[in-house]
Amino acid sequence: MDFQVVVLAGGTSKELVPLVSKDLPKPLLPVANRPVLSYVLDLLEQSNLKDLIVVVEGEDAAILIGNWISGAYADRLNVEVAHVHEDVGSAGALRAVANHLSANDILVISGDLVCDIPPGAVAAAHRRHDAVVTATLCSSPISGPTESSPGGKDKAKKPGRYNIIGLDPSKQFILHIASGIEVEKDIRIQKSILRAVGQMEFRADLMDAHLYAFKRSALQQVLKEKPNFHSLKQDVLPYLVRSQLRSEILLNSRQVEENGGDKEPIGNNTVMLSQLLLNSSTQSFHELYAMSPGGPTSVLKKTHKCCAYIANKSKYCARVNSFQAFCDINRDVIGDASHLSGYSFSAHNNVIHPSAVLGSKTTVGPQCMLGEGSEMGDKCSVKRSVIGRHCRIGSNVKVINSIVMDHVTIGDGCSIQASVICSNVQLQDRVVLKDCQIGAGFVVTASSEHKGESLSKKEKQ
Amino acid sequence: MGAKKGGHRDEAEEDLARDPLQAILLADSFAQKFRPITLERPKVLLPIVNVPMIDYTLAWLESAGVEEVFVFCCAHVRQVTDYLETTKWLTQPNFKVSTIESHNCVSAGDALRVIYEKNVIRGDFILISGDTVSNMSLTEVLQEHKERRRKDSNAVMTMVIKKSKPSAITHQSRLGTDELIMAIDPDTKQLLYYEDKVEHLKGITLDKAMLSENASVSLYNDKQDCYIDICSPEVLILFNDNFDYQHIRRHFLKGLLQDDIMGYKIFTYEIRSSYAARIDNYRSYDAISKDIIQRWTYPLVPDVQFFKNSATKLERQGMYRASEVGQSRSAQIGPSTVIGNGTTIGNKTAISNSVVGEGCCIGSNVTIEGCYIWHNVTIEDGCKLKHAIICDGVILKAGAVLEPGVVLSFKVVIGEQFVVPAYSKVSLLRQPINQDSDEELEYADDSSGVAEHSPIANGAIRNDSSEMDACTTSEVGTNGVGFIWSLNEAALEEEWRHSVAPIPADKLAAIMLAANGDPDLLTHDENILPPSGELEPESVTNDSDTDVNDEATYFEKEVEATFLRAVEEDVKNDHIILEVNSLRLSYNMTALDCASALFYSVMKLALDMQHNTASELFTNVAKVLAKWKTLLKSYLLTIDEEIEVIMKFEDICMGSAREYAVLFEQILHLLYDKEIIQEEAILSWASEKEEAEESDKVFVKKCEKFIRWLNEASEEEEEDEDE
Repeated sequence: MDFQVVVLAGGTSKELVPLVSKDLPKPLLPVANRPVLSYVLDLLEQSNLKDLIVVVEGEDAAILIGNWISGAYADRLNVEVAHVHEDVGSAGALRAVANHLSANDILVISGDLVCDIPPGAVAAAHRRHDAVVTATLCSSPISGPTESSPGGKDKAKKPGRYNIIGLDPSKQFILHIASGIEVEKDIRIQKSILRAVGQMEFRADLMDAHLYAFKRSALQQVLKEKPNFHSLKQDVLPYLVRSQLRSEILLNSRQVEENGGDKEPIGNNTVMLSQLLLNSSTQSFHELYAMSPGGPTSVLKKTHKCCAYIANKSKYCARVNSFQAFCDINRDVIGDASHLSGYSFSAHNNVIHPSAVLGSKTTVGPQCMLGEGSEMGDKCSVKRSVIGRHCRIGSNVKVINSIVMDHVTIGDGCSIQASVICSNVQLQDRVVLKDCQIGAGFVVTASSEHKGESLSKKEKQ
Repeated sequence: MGAKKGGHRDEAEEDLARDPLQAILLADSFAQKFRPITLERPKVLLPIVNVPMIDYTLAWLESAGVEEVFVFCCAHVRQVTDYLETTKWLTQPNFKVSTIESHNCVSAGDALRVIYEKNVIRGDFILISGDTVSNMSLTEVLQEHKERRRKDSNAVMTMVIKKSKPSAITHQSRLGTDELIMAIDPDTKQLLYYEDKVEHLKGITLDKAMLSENASVSLYNDKQDCYIDICSPEVLILFNDNFDYQHIRRHFLKGLLQDDIMGYKIFTYEIRSSYAARIDNYRSYDAISKDIIQRWTYPLVPDVQFFKNSATKLERQGMYRASEVGQSRSAQIGPSTVIGNGTTIGNKTAISNSVVGEGCCIGSNVTIEGCYIWHNVTIEDGCKLKHAIICDGVILKAGAVLEPGVVLSFKVVIGEQFVVPAYSKVSLLRQPINQDSDEELEYADDSSGVAEHSPIANGAIRNDSSEMDACTTSEVGTNGVGFIWSLNEAALEEEWRHSVAPIPADKLAAIMLAANGDPDLLTHDENILPPSGELEPESVTNDSDTDVNDEATYFEKEVEATFLRAVEEDVKNDHIILEVNSLRLSYNMTALDCASALFYSVMKLALDMQHNTASELFTNVAKVLAKWKTLLKSYLLTIDEEIEVIMKFEDICMGSAREYAVLFEQILHLLYDKEIIQEEAILSWASEKEEAEESDKVFVKKCEKFIRWLNEASEEEEEDEDE
């Protein structure tokens, strides 16, 4: 398939401090003991998309990630790692690599995505409609990043609102998109688009999944002409959606012809059918609009299509973009969405590496993971938690709803609840943690109790 | 108000099933769109495809299983009741038609209030106007409505909608009505938003709350309102309680949607295969006539005798010909045409896409295209008619030409060779001079009272009162009879929209050009939706600005409320200060704001006291100020606050209480005398204003004298000191 993939991997994300650091950029943050970026790379590999450009913020992070990829995916993917400055935004990151793009269509995927939406299907939808952009939409996750505690899933919650998206009746085109702060405002709609389509469906329960397909020429043009655009989600996509009926994008010859109404794109059958039923016309509203008489000047109106690929509700899709999301995703990957983890679960619905050592009367409950070479003392209890590799855990330790990364030492009688403990942390005896985040290499002194705190070593400047 | 009325209400609901199905038929459109025809005959009696509109409505109601119909008559009551007496409708078994008369209703709201008072509606009822053409079955929608009612007693109305075919070019449905935008919950079909004045809006704005309550909302631009409503008895109560509700859509429906009265909800029911439409204007008259001829309204079509219409046969190409038509061999009767009984057509006459009524006499070499010719019309040789409506008894002398969109009212005579310009409306009656300017409300014809006069007398009366002496009958040709109604500029511009004639090509081109070449469109849309990246900082500041304004007004209100409470309960000054201070802290306001807010409250109090003249008001102010001086003074610690108070006073005079404007100087002087405001404050206020724009200086100028006096006084003082 003639698709080039750009993975926007990010860098040391501020939201995830202290979990991420210079030594552990966000793409390498372990989710169920695997770097988060590996989920995206595996997903792309499954769809046979093997030409990738991974854009990383920060040079050091790029080296780390490059090393990891060349080790883990040596023969499997053809990866080019590029680095950009921090804070350039997703549009800036793309702008930096825009000149390296050569394929007709570009797939842009966020590196912190953990999902099972096939990118191939998105690409196919994009091609079918000959769209300028195709955005993947998925159902908003139930527990929001700011409002719920890790155990809050049981409570009845309204799904969080991330986007307000207007779709055409066939649910194939995006007519309106509001994101960020716009979501909380009144919805303002362009009359021209509504008139052209006749009917628009607004959805608050869909979320932009950060998996886009772009037409290369259009993407390059927008990035070049709008140097202010910072974010794909907040600037580029809304701009393209807004201007779809008065396109400022120079389309290549094939489309100009099509807009002239001479030729119906092949493979547009689904549109044709639905439009036949709806409007008893054979063309999508874009073409109808473009063809409607243009007065004496008879200038053809230029249009472009913004498509939507709506993922099935059963698909999992989440981004590691906040501490809360990180916890949720870890829990889901070893729980409800275990097929993503790539591990095979035991009869007890957990994953315990054969080399792990468990003391007597120590129980590891379902939806848990215990990494390679970790040792646990006697009378420990682990519930709904992930424990990394080569951890040393003493006796009488309770780990509930938590994530423990690699090489962590936990003393006797510790109780860890709803917390994240990064690599090389040392918890001395009888430490009690609840809702805490412990940064890499930190030492928690014996018998201390912490609740809702974020502890980390000072970054060496 | 709409809540349960004890046991009686419950009983009524139980009885619902046994109650006969009732309908309210409004035989008055309360609109003027069919003028001048409706000056002489009520709209519901106008024939559409040779049958009066009301017969379509009644025939449909009967077939849909309605058992009792209340025909509400207002304009031309006699004509409607007389007509109904000649028909079979009053004597049908299982179908009871009774009339309710009123002479002073000006709107549908009034009509419903009259019906409410009659206390005849017992259960759910169907509310329609007498110009509805439909063949839909009511069973399903009634059932849906009742089921919804059982679950949620707030579901008071179900309105029928239908997908329309809006022209992509003119952005309006082919019924000539205004563009309509509705938002509907796709699952429950609840109506959330209804806007039929889209043209005048810059953009469509949906309330954010709408989407926070519903996960998805569908916005429709391609649905038409059929004006068939299934209502619960609460609807009548609501109309009675809210006596300002006039228009069913504009006031009642929007009122319910926007004000959220008692949580009442409106639902929609979409019909897909059946037909329903309302004849609202000339264009929909044209469109619906064509639909009837093309049999979309089956069984309500000319060749089915759903009513006493004469026997008509359907021929090829949508030709309907009554049994007795005298047609010359050389006449060409084109497709989609209806010819009524007893009509004669001369040699080489061509008629296409038209309806010709009964007893018409059409001469030779006449061309008629897309016209609606009612009964007993005489068209002499060589006339040319295009897209016109010609009422009963009209005579077109030889060679007359009607340009598209012409409407000839009853018994008009057009002179020989006369060309009636496009979109003219010709009537025997003069155009009323005192046109109801309140077009917005579309109140009823004022003809309801004069309707029973004979047309000539009517014309004479109007003639006397009219200043248009120049108008003579000759304005429609030699030997012609009738007045051409003049239209004002704006109406003329809009006329093509509602006219019976197709939209002319140049208009279409103009619309397209406007939509296309409008450079504003782009920028203006951009403004509506600021790209989050580019304009974000700006929009954020805007937001915070409005927030601050909001806060300030809230604060002001709170202070006022506190002050009024203090006045009533005689609270000590110290306590008021304490309360105001705590308000200041909670709203994060400055001492300046407190001073101005308190001053505002004091002035408001004076204004609210009884007064008839400006001088009385002034004594009020003096009294109030004397009483609350100490309180005010405790907030006027520095000159800045005093200046703020003067500026606030200016604001008050310009805005909320203009009564003070005349007293500005006097009160300022009073404030000075009472030592509430020092001369320094007044002088620095005046000097600040010197730089201001002219419009800002109104009040400075008013107290010029006073300021000059102050200036002189201070100079004198200085001199005194110097000495």
